[in-house]
Amino acid sequence: MAGISIEGVRKSFGGAAILHDISLDLAQGEFLSLVGPSGCGKTTLLRIIAGLEQADAGRVSIGGQDVTRLRPADRDVAMVFQNYALYPHLTVAQNMAVPLAMRRLSVLGRLPLLRHLSPGQAAARRGIMDDVRQAADMLAIGHLLDRRPGQLSGGQRQRVALGRAVVRHPAAFLMDEPLSNLDAELRARTRKEIVQLHRRAGVTTVYVTHDQVEAMTMSDRVALMQAGRILQIGKPRTMYDDPASLAVAQFLGSPRINTLPGTVDEGRVVVEGLRLPVHPAAADGTGVTVGLRPETLRLTPAGPLFAAVEHLESLGADSLLHTRCGATPLVARVPAAAADGLRPGEAVRFEADWPAALLFTAEGARLAHARAMAHV
Amino acid sequence: MNTAPTRSLLADAPRLAVLSLAALVVLAPYLFMLSASVKPGGEIFQASLNLWPRHFYGWENYHKALTAVPLLRFLLNGAIVCAIVLFFQLLFAVPCAYALAKLRWPGRGLVFALVLLGLLIPAHVPALPLYVAFAKLGLLDSFTALTAPFAISVFAIFMFRQAFKALPDELIQAARLDGMGELAIVWRVILPNAWPTATAFATFSVVAHWNDLFWPLIVIQRQSMATPALGVLFFRSQEGGNDIGALMAASVITTLPMVAAFLLAQRRFIQGVATAGLKG
Ligand SMILES: Nc1ncnc2c1ncn2[C@@H]1O[C@H](COP(=O)(O)OP(=O)(O)OP(=O)(O)O)[C@@H](O)[C@H]1O
Ligand SMILES: [Mg+2]
Repeated sequence: MAGISIEGVRKSFGGAAILHDISLDLAQGEFLSLVGPSGCGKTTLLRIIAGLEQADAGRVSIGGQDVTRLRPADRDVAMVFQNYALYPHLTVAQNMAVPLAMRRLSVLGRLPLLRHLSPGQAAARRGIMDDVRQAADMLAIGHLLDRRPGQLSGGQRQRVALGRAVVRHPAAFLMDEPLSNLDAELRARTRKEIVQLHRRAGVTTVYVTHDQVEAMTMSDRVALMQAGRILQIGKPRTMYDDPASLAVAQFLGSPRINTLPGTVDEGRVVVEGLRLPVHPAAADGTGVTVGLRPETLRLTPAGPLFAAVEHLESLGADSLLHTRCGATPLVARVPAAAADGLRPGEAVRFEADWPAALLFTAEGARLAHARAMAHV
Repeated sequence: MNTAPTRSLLADAPRLAVLSLAALVVLAPYLFMLSASVKPGGEIFQASLNLWPRHFYGWENYHKALTAVPLLRFLLNGAIVCAIVLFFQLLFAVPCAYALAKLRWPGRGLVFALVLLGLLIPAHVPALPLYVAFAKLGLLDSFTALTAPFAISVFAIFMFRQAFKALPDELIQAARLDGMGELAIVWRVILPNAWPTATAFATFSVVAHWNDLFWPLIVIQRQSMATPALGVLFFRSQEGGNDIGALMAASVITTLPMVAAFLLAQRRFIQGVATAGLKG
């Protein structure tokens, strides 16, 4: 077990820069989710950590040891690939045994016929099969050991891929969207299994995902990447409540945060002609963006935000109320009862949790509330 | 997927008829060979066309074919040559195809271009220089002379490269993380997953070298080193070429192993040929 440290990693493919100066530190046993839009370089970073790709610049250390020049096999990391990458011609048991066989058996012992000639290999083989069985039981795939990957469902394959990774007790796990091919229910269940697995084994894990629910629920920390840069790293809650920039605020949270462009006037923000009770730490006349999470909006007859209903989406207990405030779209997550009977075109008014509003400059950088006025 | 067998059989009737006719045309020489191999010499060139002889003469023909020349020895030679050739072709072509399909290295494009160029050169072009070389080395009339020129097959490299290219990169990367070296990856991961292609190539190679007459004719003078096709030639010259029945019997015996092998490997062979054409 060991922490992972990445310093100043850069990578380009044929002139196109994919990773710009990535630095990242994982404490031992930490679970870090790497999120970001498609094509931002998550897989590339993972492959550089694994040694499958050489960085153009920068260093990777695992457990304090510089592994930048080491082959993948010598880095003692296990990777779960997005498409599982199981060996199609081997059974589940053989798939899981490969990493152990490559480490514990001699060259002779791995050959089909000659293995009977080399002493001590039989015991090693039995040890491998014991370990495989134990890992398989933990992942509830013990009954599948004699099948081939082609005869398994997507969820089963995914667990076999996980099994192949855990069976050898690596220093670190790298997982590349391991749940992306599963249906919602299986995904939720496997998510829990991975978290439990991580709790039990405490192995440092880098977990790549598109899915922010996974990122928010599973991780110790989340790193948000965009266009080859890490925008922010932090605890899931911090990333959500206290994003460093508009891009981070927009990426985390579903539905997306509402962004209302406005200008500062007499210390308050004016949006679509409405004076809102937020006081940015910015001079009068500057353009700012007010970010309001959908769940911070409440329907009240006296609220300062006027909007017209466009349509209603029922989520069960809650409803998503899509409205328009002038030209600015505004989505609110309100209790289903509160939104009942609203018709498209109807005028509504919103109150918001104004101190929780996120303020950004016109360029998207985070902007503080003005101290003196924050609690007016 | 097919529809119900009865309906599809009906719908396929015209197609089946055409294909059967074509198959018959292709098979006709072979059928005549079979038929002639059980006829006495006098009956073979009769004007009437019977497949079955009036006097069954098979026993005599086959007996003669097997005793006049060491026919079984020729078959054994053929088997040895085919095995050696195939062994070395796979030994060299599979890693080479892997390097061309899946590894990034400077000069890869050039090497692949050379492979394609090699495909364009007929085997007969370098025959004379090779003959001179083997003669100078004193290696004529040997298995080395029979097999060495074919040890590296550009066709095999090309065919395996196409098949390997279709395999996902992640499979190789997973193997690397699992601790396999590149050679282990080639033989333990890549080849087992290109099995249909390997079977198809093996069939091509074995058939070609079993039936090859051109090259053995050049480098073999001793009868005991003859391969099956050359053996039939020896048999004919020994017989003065008039006992057609026995000659046909000898031909049947030499082609039989190939026919049997093809029927056994048929399904995989067709799969392999179908996959080799795609992707690339
Ligand atoms: N081997 C390669 N050669 C050239 N370009 C590559 C290569 N691998 C990745 N890229 C490019 O690098 C960029 C980042 O790719 P990467 O696979 O890391 O994205 P990602 O963040 O994992 O995306 P996704 O979430 O869709 O999996 C993409 O624009 C991709 O086209
Ligand atoms: Mg990816």
